[in-house]
Amino acid sequence: MFKFLKRLRGEKDTPVEAQAVEQEVVAETVFEVAVDAPVVEEHTQLEPVAEPVAVTPTVVKQAPIAVPVEEPPVAEKAPAPVELEAVELPKRSLGSGVRSLFGDVVDVDELEDILILADFGVETAEEIAAQVKKEASRQGATTDAELRLLLKDLLTERLERKDSSLNLEDGKLPYVFLAVGVNGAGKTTTIGKLARWLKDGQWEVVLGAADTYRAAAVDQLATWAERAESPIIRPAKEGADPAAVAYQTVEMAINTEADIAIIDTAGRLQNKKDLMDELGKIRRAVEKQAKISEVLLVIDATNGQNAMSQAKAFTEVADVTGIVMTKLDGTAKGGILYALQKELNLPIKLVGVGEQINDFAFFSPEEFAKGLVAKK
Amino acid sequence: MFGNLSDRLSDTFKNLRGKGRLSASDIDATLRDIRRALLEADVALEVVKDFIGAIRERALGDEVSKALNPAQQVVQIVNEELTQILGGESKQLRFAKSPPTVIMLAGLQGSGKTTLAGKLAKWLKEQNQTPLLVAADLQRPNAVTQLEVLGERTGVTVFAPEPGNGTGNPVEVAKQAIAHAKKAQFSVVIVDTAGRLGVDEEMMQQAIGIRDAVGPDEILFVVDSMLGQDAVNVAKAFKDGVGVTGVVLTKLDGDSRGGAALSVANVTGAPILFSSTGEGLDAFETFHPERMAGRILDMGDVVSLIEQAQKTFDEEESKKLADKIASDSFTLQDFLEQMQQLRKMGNMKSILGMMPGAGKMKKQLEDFDESEIARTEAIIFSMTPVERNMPKVLNGSRRQRIARGSGTTVTEVNQLIIRFEQAAKVMKTMAKGGMPNIPGTNPVQMGGAVGGGYIGGKKKDNKKKGSKSGNPAKRAAENKGLGYSAATETKPGNAFGLEK
Repeated sequence: MFKFLKRLRGEKDTPVEAQAVEQEVVAETVFEVAVDAPVVEEHTQLEPVAEPVAVTPTVVKQAPIAVPVEEPPVAEKAPAPVELEAVELPKRSLGSGVRSLFGDVVDVDELEDILILADFGVETAEEIAAQVKKEASRQGATTDAELRLLLKDLLTERLERKDSSLNLEDGKLPYVFLAVGVNGAGKTTTIGKLARWLKDGQWEVVLGAADTYRAAAVDQLATWAERAESPIIRPAKEGADPAAVAYQTVEMAINTEADIAIIDTAGRLQNKKDLMDELGKIRRAVEKQAKISEVLLVIDATNGQNAMSQAKAFTEVADVTGIVMTKLDGTAKGGILYALQKELNLPIKLVGVGEQINDFAFFSPEEFAKGLVAKK
Repeated sequence: MFGNLSDRLSDTFKNLRGKGRLSASDIDATLRDIRRALLEADVALEVVKDFIGAIRERALGDEVSKALNPAQQVVQIVNEELTQILGGESKQLRFAKSPPTVIMLAGLQGSGKTTLAGKLAKWLKEQNQTPLLVAADLQRPNAVTQLEVLGERTGVTVFAPEPGNGTGNPVEVAKQAIAHAKKAQFSVVIVDTAGRLGVDEEMMQQAIGIRDAVGPDEILFVVDSMLGQDAVNVAKAFKDGVGVTGVVLTKLDGDSRGGAALSVANVTGAPILFSSTGEGLDAFETFHPERMAGRILDMGDVVSLIEQAQKTFDEEESKKLADKIASDSFTLQDFLEQMQQLRKMGNMKSILGMMPGAGKMKKQLEDFDESEIARTEAIIFSMTPVERNMPKVLNGSRRQRIARGSGTTVTEVNQLIIRFEQAAKVMKTMAKGGMPNIPGTNPVQMGGAVGGGYIGGKKKDNKKKGSKSGNPAKRAAENKGLGYSAATETKPGNAFGLEK
């Protein structure tokens, strides 16, 4: 199921990875270090890049006044042909990670309250409760098992969509992921887990610590980088421009031919306009060199209806491509996902279920719904 | 969409306001609205049920039917009940009879414990205590480093014998910390612990271990104000697990509706002691239940504002200013000083946000550009003393020079002068006891005028607040713009015209 495209590398790669672990680069010196970085020149055997330079001189000769010599666009300069391979990454599933909403019996009359308690929100809860009642009487579902199945299908259907897998498939390397969200949602932890997972699948990962604000946030990511055996770009100093760090992270990913750059950003409350604007700047800095594959909005499952306000605001400024819901290992049910899906039409991509490095899963609407209606 | 609980409730009450008598169905309809508003504000369902029940009982009772204005009476009941759930009067931190006082922080991951530890330490230090920060979060990567950085910024000693990141025993660290604090005579010990889920029995056991090792005078439960329905479960788990003696609400500077405050206060029965309102180490204040309830009901947080103002405003200077305004000699120089004073008071947005009725202009507040003040400053700095004192002399060529000198444009200079003239006019009106009410202006655009206006206004009698227009329709419209209903003319400062 999880087949993704990454750069083709030989067996020789393994020692390189080990070396990369130690490589913590201070942002300002990135370029030099990046050049030194041991890279296996896999693509040297390939066709050299078509030289755009050859064309330009002729143009200049024939019409010296009319056309100013144009720099070839960045995209053309980059060595385009990269050999790719499709790899399977270890599958992660939610399993029995979600707590059920119900005790022994499903009581349709109490459904609305139960859904409200699970943070579905009043409107969604009313809607689903009414829908279940209607369907139940239509299908003649009365037994507990029938009702559970009915609700499960209903819930699954509401979240099901095609694009819920991570965008690691278009082959436009390096992939760039951006993690955004409010303070304390779990961005850094999510990135750490994601990096380790990719690393396990032999991916080359570069992490960018663009949370230059919170005390020791960079160190926190650095610890995860160590665990994920991946290099990290640090800001030159505390409070440095996060956009610069993002830029350098992508630059390093390109120079070291990494497969993916994952950038951590500072937590920001969605009503802080200046901080939200900063996200736009980070985006633009990244886009100077590469396409952004995913902007993951990290939402804490314990948050209630405010998650909607978060999602709206972040979608507006940062073009969120998917949602990560963290802390689902607690008692919070994350019912707000249904309202989010309806209102903003954003796929839910990952869920976090603990503090350990493997504690995350890919979101499956069916597994999630199954968990919610399961009989304890 | 409603911005928040206050907006929602004030909308609900608008329907009630005009009524002379309330029928049972009026009350039920209102209560349904209130129920929904509270649920959308993330107040836990069981708390909402209790709350609605209590209000219904009182609203249907004699007290309302006999009241002159039943609608207002309902509002009053809602306000009282809100305040009561939030804990009545504000509570103080308990200090031990013999130091050190031990404060233990506990809460979910990401609720803001470590940041709060830094703020609390700074606050205590300002109160002439000698706090010691203890790094007992050995779980989260570099939580220890984070605390050390905070200690450095606040100049508070950090006790961190273990590097953390999964190694070391937090119970042991806590034990050593107390011994160390006693020996080195620290007056308060703040123990930062790892974030933990209520259902994580192992981690909860560890928290109990830490508690037993340090014997805390306060166990502060740190709660993210964005918490949803789960707040009840979490609060129960912590109350039954490690125990809770006080609550701290964090991230209140966000746009969350803050219903978690109600849920947690209700479930734990512990007072909310502090609220945390930003990432800066100063963004921390004592929690005032009655003000929070008022805020929820959109009455503004005027008392907080006054306190904050008193911190920075020089009494004498404000008197001088008030005289100046009254005698019509308010100059650009004063305008500048005003603005600088206002800046000292803290972030403009947070100040404006505390004004009554500010809920309605939240959007504008968010868009307000702090650098606008810097530009205004630059323009005034580029003027000669004569120009600052007599704005009338500012002709075209002077304006051009000023624009060049301040790196702005003539248009911006012109705008500033227009704003200044408006501000001067507003202040004069206010100094005479009127309300600033120039159509087309709002406090945000007035910039520096807000602080001065309100200080000046406070000194005068309030008899004539409200629009003075002779046209009743216009008067009503203008008063509405101020966030007061026409009916409240006689009693300004109270959004619902309730007799206290």
